[in-house]
Formats: sequence, structure tokens, C-alpha cells
Amino acid sequence: MSVSQAIAVDRPPPLARFWPRARIVGYALVGLWTLFGLGILAYLIFAWNAAFFARYAPAYLRGLGTTLSLVAISMVAGAILSLPVAYGRMSKSRILSGLAYCYVYFFRGTPLLVQTYLVYYGIGSFRPELQTVGLWWFFREAFYCGVFAFSLNTAAYQAEILRGAIESVPRGQWEGAASLGLHKLHTLRKVIMPQAIIVALRPYGNELILMIKASAIVAIITVYDLMGNAKLAYANSFDIQAYIWVAIVYLVMVEILRHGVEWIERRITIHLKR
Amino acid sequence: MPAQSIWTLLSWGPDGWIDDIASGVLVTIALALATLPIGLTIGFFVAFAKQQEEPSLRLAANIYTTVFRGLPELVTLFLFFFGMPLLLQHLIRLFWPEATVDVNGFIAGMIVLSLIFSSYASEVFLSAFRAIHKGQYEGGYAIGLSKWQTMRLVILPQLLRIAFPGLENCWLSLLKDTSLVSVVNLAETLRNASVAARVTKHAFLFYSVAALVFLLLAILSSIATGYILRSLGRREAR
Repeated sequence: MSVSQAIAVDRPPPLARFWPRARIVGYALVGLWTLFGLGILAYLIFAWNAAFFARYAPAYLRGLGTTLSLVAISMVAGAILSLPVAYGRMSKSRILSGLAYCYVYFFRGTPLLVQTYLVYYGIGSFRPELQTVGLWWFFREAFYCGVFAFSLNTAAYQAEILRGAIESVPRGQWEGAASLGLHKLHTLRKVIMPQAIIVALRPYGNELILMIKASAIVAIITVYDLMGNAKLAYANSFDIQAYIWVAIVYLVMVEILRHGVEWIERRITIHLKR
Repeated sequence: MPAQSIWTLLSWGPDGWIDDIASGVLVTIALALATLPIGLTIGFFVAFAKQQEEPSLRLAANIYTTVFRGLPELVTLFLFFFGMPLLLQHLIRLFWPEATVDVNGFIAGMIVLSLIFSSYASEVFLSAFRAIHKGQYEGGYAIGLSKWQTMRLVILPQLLRIAFPGLENCWLSLLKDTSLVSVVNLAETLRNASVAARVTKHAFLFYSVAALVFLLLAILSSIATGYILRSLGRREAR
């Protein structure tokens, strides 16, 4: 032993233990997750209640429709509204950019729940005034209020995405197009946008996912979306599977979207791969 | 109901509501500050696990972020708030059949916000990990530092500096997410504003006050993070 130590110049590295600590911890954690998943599965099977399912499954489906239409309308309305805001943010005029900045800061700096309350309960409290203007039918409905608040909110985020994407395109592209005599709008559409969309796709996808998740908030202002129906089901049955089912539906939706966005991104950046 | 002036409503004392809202603001800040260290720690370890070679660790960390980033915050909150007492009760009743469990709104909110915050912070940490060159680890090992020492003395200081702007965003969304805990009746800013709005019928006024509070908190934290960022920058190697 002493001889081998004296001439131990380059001993081979010790063989890796079959169970290094990282693997033990990793297996333990995966085991925990598996146990957790199996536990939920077992609970759902154990607590399987045909009456519950028959009663609330159609409601959930209707709720899903409400959620999806809320998000779709808000996303589109927000996209339209984000155009002037992004224009304002990029404009050289102090007043315009200041106004746009304040708009974005307000809607990104306050919770969406507060904004939703502010629209539904806050604006809704001016009933006589709204009735004289003829807007009461709009602010009376919780769904419309939700759409209104969500559109304003997502417009602020989308304006920032749009601005970031457009500003990520080097100025030389604008100048090159201008030197070819292209009109500004034309440059934007034919030169800038195709490059900006690649940058903007992922943030837009994230914003869509955030909106789907945030849309659960409207359940609190009495809209019967997916979450709203889950709340109703729980209030009637005191059965926690009401929330487990709704969690699974949201999770599946978000995962589909996330992978969809990744797929599109791979498709449109195919020419950039080497 | 006699018409009260806005200024009476917004005064301090028995007629006004500002004292209630101020106590709510304290709860909001306490909740966010209590969540921050837990969330940062979990987020760091999740990111650490994600960039290990061991596939099982990566899998476990990926499931974590997928679940807590995929679930709406509100659903996570309700699941915990209503599900946890149920689970705990079943577990405790195995030993003490008479026991009942009541979950504190603050604790439930703290746990849920930590889960959400950490899954977002882990992404920030992960990209910061990837921005640190391999040579930094090798240099640490070369001068005889252990793995843990290298992490603490060489990697972590750089990691925090790189991750800071991303973590600032996580903090701002954490501040906003605290408002969700109002739906399980924790007396924080929004909850107290709602009570005031319902009692006084001045909904627009009190929700505006709540919005202003959150704006103010955001402005204050961006001033604070500006300071921290500058001091971090000063400590950068010259």
C-alpha cells in the first residue's frame, strides 16, 4: 500500500458511485411527484361521483367556452388598442410618449384584480350617469366588464411587446428601405414586421398564456367561466375535486399552447438555423 | 345614509377608512416580504436542479415549474386553501381523531405565492446560470475550492448580479399577486378597500385608492431596486 502511494502519479479517477447523491435526491423527488400524481389520481377514482360529473361536466364545458371567448375577445381588442399605445411610446412627441408611458405604467403596475374591480364595481357605481350616456347595458354585465378590463390590461403589455419587437430591428433596415424609396407604412409591413414577428412571437405566446391564467379572476366578479363554474360546484358540493378538475383543464390548455408556440417558433426560424 | 364628503371617508380615524387601508398595506408588504426569501431559495434550488446532469433531478424540477407556471394563481390558491386543510385533517385524524385543522389565510397565501414566485424565479436563475462561463467553475476548482465553496464564493455573486433585473420583475408580479389572497378573506389592501367600498358605496374611490397603493409600492420598489442595482454595479470587477 505504501509503495503504491509513493508512486501514485496518475491514479485513474475513482469509479463513479452507482448512486451519487444527486441521483438519490433526484429519484426521491421524482418519486414524490409520482406519489403525488398517483395520490390525486387515486383520489379522483376513489371519489368518482357519477352524479357530480353528470351535473357539472356540461357546466364546465360552458365555462370553458366563456373563458376562451373572453380571452379571445380581449386579446384581439387588446392588440388593436396596443397599436396607438405602442405608437405613442415610440413617438418623439413628449406629450404622446408621456401619456402612453403613464398608460402602460398604470396597467402593468397595478394588479389585474384591482383593475377588474375598478371597472365592474367602480365604474358600475355610476349607474345614473351611465344610464344617461347609454352605456349601462355594457357595464351592467360582468362579462363585458371583464372583457373591458382585460383588453385595457393586455393592451399595455402588448404595446410593450410590439415596441420591443420593432425596436429590436436595427435602424439600418429602416434607412435601407427609405433609401429604396419605400413609404414608411410599406417599410413597416414588408421589412420590419417580418423580422419583428420572430422576436415578438414568444412574448405574444406568453401573454396569451398569462391571459388564460388571469381569466380565472373574472370568476370573482360573478362571471361563470371555467373557474366560476368550479367555484359554484365547490360551493354546492364541498367536493375538492371541483378544483382538481379545473386545475387539470387549465394545465392542459396552457401546455398545449406552450408547445404550440414552440412549434410555430421552430417553423418560422427555420431559415436562421445552421 | 348621509352623504359624507370624500375627505371624511379618506381620513384617519373612526369615520375614515384610510387607517384600515393602511393596515391592509402593511399586511400586503408583510406577505410579499415573507414570501420573498422562501421563493428565492426554492427558485434557486429548482434552477440548480435543472442544470444538473442527473436526468431525474431535471425531470423533478421541470414538473415543478410546469405545474406552478401552468396553473392559474387563483386555482393554486383555492386548491391549497380548501384542499390543504382536508389533506392535513385526514393525516392528523390518523393520530388524533378529534382534531380539526384551520388554515390561516396568511400562511396559505404565503405558501402559494412562494410556489408561484419560485417557479418564475427559477427560470430567471436558470438563464443566469447559463450565462456564467464554465471556466468560472473550473477556475474555482483549480484553486482548490470545494463544490459548495465555488458555488457560494464564485458563482453566486455573479449569478445574483445577472439575475437581478429578472428577479425585479418577479418581485413586481409577486406584489401584484398578493392582491389575489384577498379572495380568501385575508385583510390586505384590496380586501380592506373592498370592505370600505361595500360599506360606503364609494366603490370607484376606494378601488382607485387600492390601485394607487399598488402603483406606489411598485414605484417604491423600483427606486429601491435602482439603489441595489447601482451598488451591485459598483462591486463589479474593474
